[in-house]
Amino acid sequence: MIRFSKYIWLYFFISALVLVPGVFALVRWGLKPAIDFTGGTLLELQFASDIPASAIEIIGKNEQMPIASVQKTEGNTFIVRMNPEGSEQIAKFQSSLAQATKEMPQVLRNETVGPVLGKELLGKTVIAALVAIIGILLYVAWAFKNYKFGLSAVLALAHDLSVVLGMFALFGHFLNIEVDTLFVTAVLTTMSFSVHDTIVVFDRIREMLKRADRSAGADFDALCDRALTQTMGRSLANSLTIIFMLVAIALLGGTTIRWFVVALLIGTVSGTYSSPFIATPILILWDRWEKRKKI
Amino acid sequence: MKSPNRVFILLILLTVLLVVVDLPENYPLKFSVGKFSVDRVINPPRLSLTLPGFRFTREFKTHLGLDLSGGTHMVLEADMKEIPAADRPGALESARQVIERRINFFGVSEPVVQSSRVNDAYRVIVELPGVTDVDRAESLIGQTAKLEFREFADEQAATGAGLTFPTLVNTKPVGLTGKDLRRAEVSFNNQTGTPEVALEFNPEGAKMFGNVTSRLVGRSLAIFLDDFPITWPRVNTAITDGRAVITGGFTVEGAKTLALQLNAGALPVPVRAVEKRTIGATLGSASVAKSVRAGLVGLFIVALFMITKYGRLGFLADLALILYGLLTFAIFRLIPITLTLPGIAGFLLSIGMAVDSNILIFERYREEKRMGKPWRVAMELGFGKAWDSIRDANVTTLLTCFILFNPGNWSFLPSSGMVRGFAITLFIGVLASLFTGIVVTRTLIRVLYKEK
Repeated sequence: MIRFSKYIWLYFFISALVLVPGVFALVRWGLKPAIDFTGGTLLELQFASDIPASAIEIIGKNEQMPIASVQKTEGNTFIVRMNPEGSEQIAKFQSSLAQATKEMPQVLRNETVGPVLGKELLGKTVIAALVAIIGILLYVAWAFKNYKFGLSAVLALAHDLSVVLGMFALFGHFLNIEVDTLFVTAVLTTMSFSVHDTIVVFDRIREMLKRADRSAGADFDALCDRALTQTMGRSLANSLTIIFMLVAIALLGGTTIRWFVVALLIGTVSGTYSSPFIATPILILWDRWEKRKKI
Repeated sequence: MKSPNRVFILLILLTVLLVVVDLPENYPLKFSVGKFSVDRVINPPRLSLTLPGFRFTREFKTHLGLDLSGGTHMVLEADMKEIPAADRPGALESARQVIERRINFFGVSEPVVQSSRVNDAYRVIVELPGVTDVDRAESLIGQTAKLEFREFADEQAATGAGLTFPTLVNTKPVGLTGKDLRRAEVSFNNQTGTPEVALEFNPEGAKMFGNVTSRLVGRSLAIFLDDFPITWPRVNTAITDGRAVITGGFTVEGAKTLALQLNAGALPVPVRAVEKRTIGATLGSASVAKSVRAGLVGLFIVALFMITKYGRLGFLADLALILYGLLTFAIFRLIPITLTLPGIAGFLLSIGMAVDSNILIFERYREEKRMGKPWRVAMELGFGKAWDSIRDANVTTLLTCFILFNPGNWSFLPSSGMVRGFAITLFIGVLASLFTGIVVTRTLIRVLYKEK
């Protein structure tokens, strides 16, 4: 048996190393919203001959005009969505395209478009997530016949969400990484994964509590240590399988989804870490605090 | 040991059925199942599947989202002739929201709906995945929004606080429609400063509204947009001057939303399609192909990991995983679910959870065996004990899916395609993983596994 409960503050310290800069960045700089949330410019470009969509993306990058999407339509025409740009910038973009492709593209449409995922919908998604979290809290409290389990699971969940959001606030500030609609799904995924993982660990504690007669002085710390020791193999095996999958996609997959996968990866790692090292320590600390109060 | 054998045979039949449903379409779908060669043009069955008393008349085709395969791009031009210039941006946003809602009710299809402006032209851009039913979608979108005031048919329900949800069935029209409403806007209470929504009726509407409100004092008056209730405030006093305010716990954002919805009916903007064309995927096909290959590599590593860690048991779990993949994919085709990248993310995560069920069971089994129990007893105990945690863990995920999917179409929760698509794919994945984790793995082990 490993004495996990002896190093509780170390776990909190490790989390704080990630959380403090992340939350600081989140409060100070916030997340960098992509065109999905802000709206931008929509261009329709027609070329005389067939050119690859990637050429447009490369030129956008060179011109410091990051392109959100390029969609090919009929007759060598492309629909390009990018951050809001003035007509001067667009003219410059057009001439760079002409240089690269040896032909002047025609701008068929130049429109200012609104967001795909507006404030209203984002607000509703946040509300739905909060409702789900309350639902999880109630279910876990009911299934484990103890509200402490529910609250600890939700605190671990809040930890994981803060890690993902914080990391992307840092990425946004230092690496110019924007968050888009895919990021929203990654956050939702983290949410369900985090609780899923925590419950597996809690289940073992519940089972041991049933077996051990607590009034006979069974030590809660030792009980949690035993539970963590026994579930550690499973926790590692499980998170490894998911991490294998995500690392493969992050390294080999297309660049368009790389940061989405990174968000999932951070969420998974944090979700696995938080079950034994955040959720369970909170239970242990709570138990110690209650005992101290009784004495 | 008769019944596991029977279940085993059923599973084999199920597998055959699923393989047929999952047969790749014209494009090369690299599922390493059986001997289906990849370079041939294979198509899944059209509709010829007749079970006793049950007949599918559906093509088993994969529906891919805008991000993966493109679809139809529609430009709708809003006719703003009747709208005063100052109200136009608001009217456009109202129209956009009405269109978005209609498309979402049209089915889970993950559309893109954007407002757009070029000089004086106000437009809504709609992108729908695939090309099926575009005409139906277009006629649905093209209708002008319909706002209607209704009262509860049953007085009991009307006075029973705000708890009764108004529907077309339990309410009847009071004769007041969007035509009678001049405009709605967000205002702030003089005394408390809290946001509220102010309504202004035209003279004729004011008279009718006066009659209705004096009749309904103390009861609720429901307002429907496109046959869907958006608010049902209680009438406190008779309002005869044609100026009403809806108060009560609004945030600024909430008041804005309601005002927009009311204006969609008050300032109806006729829209007409000016352009319709097919577009390619937002994610390049090369990028998608790369990601799919990467996902397969990931799956392969997971399968290998299971075998190295659990030996023959791991191999059986891998077989169950293959069945899991076939099953989920078949359900996606049957419903059908529009598969997008976030959807696939939900799918991958549910694979992770499916593996997790097996890992939990196997770890339990090892523990029980270490305690000296015979392997068969240990295995059954492992399944029994792992079930508690598998159940609780999955119930919370299903709960999250349920809330995100928002089946009641509650207006304070999202009813958007994207969030819904994510929720439904994860939901199906979790259900299928429960089935494979508990039924399939267990049967495979009971029938095929023997400890020396």
